Amino acid sequence: MKKKALWMLLTVFTLLVLVVAGCSNNDEANSEGEDSNSQDTTDSESAEEGSGGSSTFVFGRGADSEQLDPSKVTDGESIYVTNQIYDTLVRYEQEGTEVVPALATEWDTSDDGLEWTFQLRDDVTFHDGTDFTAEDVVFNFERWTEGAEYVYYGYMFGASDENPSGIIENVEATGDYEVTFTLSEPNAPFLNTLAMPPFGIASPDAIEEHGDDYFKNPVGTGPFIFEEWKQDDSITLSKNEDYFGETAKVDTVIFRVIPDNGARFMELQSGSIDAMNGMNPQDIQQAEDDEALQIIRRPSMNVSYMAMNTDKEGPLKDKKVRQAINLAIDKEKLLSLFEGIGKPAKNPMPPSLWGYNDDVEDYGYDVEEAKSLLAEAGYGDGMSITLYTMSNPRPYLPQPKFAAQAIQEMLKEVNVDVEIVENEWDSHLSATENGDHDMAFLGWTGDNGDPDNFLYVLLDKDNAKKGSAGNIAFYKNDELHDILKQAQTELDQEKRVGLYEEAQEIIHEDAPWFPIAHTTPPLAVKKEVQNYIPHPTGSEPFNYLELN
Amino acid sequence: MLNYIIRRLVSLIPVIIGVSIIAFSLMHLVPGDPARSILGEKATEAQLEMLREELNLNDPYIVQYGNFMGKIATGDLGDSIKSKESVASEIGGRLPATIELTLFAMTIAVVIGVLAGVIAAVKQYSWFDNLSMSGALFGVSMPIFWLGLMMIWLFSVELNWLPPSGRLSNDIELTKITNLYLVDSILTLNGTAFIDAFRHLLMPGLALATIPMAIIARMTRSSMLEVMKQDYIRTANAKGLAGRLVIFQHALKNASLPVLTVIGLQFGFLLGGAVLTETIFSWPGVGRYVVDAILSRDYPVVQSTILIIAIIFVLVNLITDILYTLFDPRIKLD
Repeated sequence: MKKKALWMLLTVFTLLVLVVAGCSNNDEANSEGEDSNSQDTTDSESAEEGSGGSSTFVFGRGADSEQLDPSKVTDGESIYVTNQIYDTLVRYEQEGTEVVPALATEWDTSDDGLEWTFQLRDDVTFHDGTDFTAEDVVFNFERWTEGAEYVYYGYMFGASDENPSGIIENVEATGDYEVTFTLSEPNAPFLNTLAMPPFGIASPDAIEEHGDDYFKNPVGTGPFIFEEWKQDDSITLSKNEDYFGETAKVDTVIFRVIPDNGARFMELQSGSIDAMNGMNPQDIQQAEDDEALQIIRRPSMNVSYMAMNTDKEGPLKDKKVRQAINLAIDKEKLLSLFEGIGKPAKNPMPPSLWGYNDDVEDYGYDVEEAKSLLAEAGYGDGMSITLYTMSNPRPYLPQPKFAAQAIQEMLKEVNVDVEIVENEWDSHLSATENGDHDMAFLGWTGDNGDPDNFLYVLLDKDNAKKGSAGNIAFYKNDELHDILKQAQTELDQEKRVGLYEEAQEIIHEDAPWFPIAHTTPPLAVKKEVQNYIPHPTGSEPFNYLELN
Repeated sequence: MLNYIIRRLVSLIPVIIGVSIIAFSLMHLVPGDPARSILGEKATEAQLEMLREELNLNDPYIVQYGNFMGKIATGDLGDSIKSKESVASEIGGRLPATIELTLFAMTIAVVIGVLAGVIAAVKQYSWFDNLSMSGALFGVSMPIFWLGLMMIWLFSVELNWLPPSGRLSNDIELTKITNLYLVDSILTLNGTAFIDAFRHLLMPGLALATIPMAIIARMTRSSMLEVMKQDYIRTANAKGLAGRLVIFQHALKNASLPVLTVIGLQFGFLLGGAVLTETIFSWPGVGRYVVDAILSRDYPVVQSTILIIAIIFVLVNLITDILYTLFDPRIKLD
C-alpha cells in the first residue's frame, strides 16, 4: 500500500512538472510572437521599458560587492557600486585623472602647502534627507581615523597605530560650508587623493542609525540611491532626482552577479544584461563581430614590469646590462600573451595619467645593439641570472609563467641564461620585497591618478628598503629623488607636470625596469547604451549613460 | 527504531569533531592570510597586524580551534571575517537555494534514472537498452560547466526559451516563507511566481541531474538484471502475474537497495558539490559561498559550512538506512 502511494505521488509530481513546462513554453512562444524585434523576453527591464518611460541599466559582473561602505573596502566590485551612491569633495574628470569640483566648489592652499581650505556646495542633501554641511565632512574624516579597517585612509595618508590620523593633523569646519585641512607636511597629491572613491562622504545620521550594519544600508549624496542588496545575486539602485550634478538618464541600475565569464557573455547576447566586465579573451572578437554589441576599452591605470635588482652584486648593477636586456626582449611578441588587452609600456606610469612623458622613446628590439652593450660591460661571453615570477595571473599580467619563458628564450639569443623561479603570490611578494631576485615580475594599479603614486612609490630610493620595498629594483638615484620630493610639495600643477616628465627621462636612461605593458580591460556593452565612458580608476558613475 | 535513530544521532558527535579538526587544519595549512585578503595587497604591515590581532589570528592554533568549537557547542557558528555577518544567517539565506536545486535535480535524476534503468534491464540488449546506457555513459563523463554553458547557449541565447540564470525574475513578487521558491509560491498560491521559479530551476536542475541520473540508471539496470534472474521472479511469471506487476512489485522492490544507497550518496554529494552548477547558472547557493570563502580564507565560514554539510550528509545517510526497512522488511535496524 505504502509503495502505491509513493508511486502515485511520483506520478502526480511528474505530471505537474510536465504541465508547468508546457505552460511556460506557451508563454514564451506568445511573448516572442508579440515582440519579435526584441530578444529580451525573459527579463524584467524590457517589460518595464515597453510599458512606459522607466528604464533600467543592468550591469553584469563576476563577483558581488563585499561592503557598500567604500572607506572599508579594497575590492573593485564594491567601489563600482559605491561610486554611484557617494560623492567625494573633488572628483576626477570624466576621462582622465585631472581633478574637478564635486562636493567642494573651490579650494585654496596656504603658501607653505600645509593648509587646504575647501568651499562646499550649500545645496546638497543626503539620500536620507539630511543636509550636507562642513560638519559632515569632519565627521567622516574623523571616523576614518578610528581603526585599521579604513584601509585606504591609512594607506594614502600614512596613518598608523601611533599616528591614527596620518599626515592630516586636523580637519575643521571653518564655516557652515567651509572645511579646512591642516597637514603635517606639504602633499601635492592630496587633491588627487581626495578624489578617490574610498573617500566618499557618507551621511553621519545613517552611520549612527545603522551602526555595524551601515555597510548594508549606504547613504550618500550621489546620483543613485541604494534600494536593495540580494547577496550573491544583485544590487539595485534608483535614480536620485535631486542630484546636484548631472541627473541620471536611467531610472534604475542593477548590478548582477554572474560568476562565470562565459555565462555572463551569453546573458549579454541573450539580452538579459546591458553591459559586462571580465570577458574571456576568446569572446572579445565575437562581441566585436556582433551587431548588437560594442567593445569599450577601459583606459589603463596600471603597469606591469620586470624589475632588475640594482642592489644585488652582479651584472645588473651595471646600467649597460640593464639597457641591453631592454633591447634584447621583443616587446611586441611578448604582448601577444596579453590576448589583446595589453598596450606596450615605455614609462613606469600609464598614458591615462597627467604628466605622462610621450617623448620618451622606448628602447626597441635590437639584438645586435644588446650584444655590443653586453660586450662593453664585460658580459659578452654570457651570464646567468634569476627571474622571479608569480604563479597566478594578475590583472596587469595575464600569463606570468609564459611571459617568463618567452623572456628566457629571447635572452638566450644574447647569451644570458635565465633561471625562472616561480612562487605563489604571497611568497613572491615577500621574496621580491626582500630583494632575493635578480629580475622579477611585478605590477601596480594606481590609486589616486597622481604620477607620484607610480614614480615615487615604485622607483624612489625612500621605498627601496629591504623587507617592505615598493621599489623592488632597489633603484637609488639621488637626482630622481630630489625631483620626486620637489614634485610632492610643488603646488603648481604645470611645474609638477614638468618635474614628472623629467623624472621619466631619468628612469628611462637608467633602465631599472623592463616596462612591459599597460592593460586595457574590455567591457562589452549593448549598442543601445550610449555615453558609457570608462574611467581609468576602474569604475565610473552611471549618471551620464543613456539607453536608446 | 527510535533507539537506533538516537544512537545514530549521538554518533554524529565524533563525526563533527573529526570533520571540524580536518576542516580547521586544512584551512590553516593552506598558505594565505585572511587579513591580507580583507585589506588588500596595499595594506601596510601595521594595518595587517592590527586586524590579525582583532580577529585573534595570532593566537595559537589550539586556542583558535578551542574558541571555534566552544562557540559551536553553544550553537553559535561565529561571524564571517569578510562580511562580519553571522555565518548562521548567511548560510540560512543560501542553504534553501541549494536544497531546492538539489531536491529538484534528484527528483529528475531518480524518476528518469530508475525508469530508464528498469526498462533497459527488462529489455536487455534492445535498442532502448543500448541507447540509454550509452546516454548514461555520456552523462557520467559530461563536464557540467561545458554542458551548462551549452544549455544556456541553446535555450537562452538561441531559442530564448528559458532564463539563463538566477532564481526568480526581478519583476516577480514572492512572499518568502521557506525560501524554497517553488514551495513558497504554492503556499501563497502564486501561480506566476511558481512558473517563473520553475523555469529558472529547469536548466540548472537538468545540468545537475545529469551525472546522478546516469549513475542511478546504470545501478538500477545492473541490480534489476540480477534480481530478474532469481527463482521467485520465474515463479511469479509462471503463476501468471502480469509482467508489469512482476517488474515493479517483485523485482524493483528487491533491486532497490543498491539504488537507494547510490541515491543517498549522490544526494549528499549534490548538497555540497553543486559548486559548478551554481557558478554557471549564477545560483546563489552554498557551494559558491564556500568556494568564495575558501579563496578569501574566511576561516569561520569554511569551517562552519563544512560542518553543516557533513551533518546533512550523515542525516541523509540515516534517512537512507531507514528507507531500507521500508523496501526490505527483513532488515532490522535495531
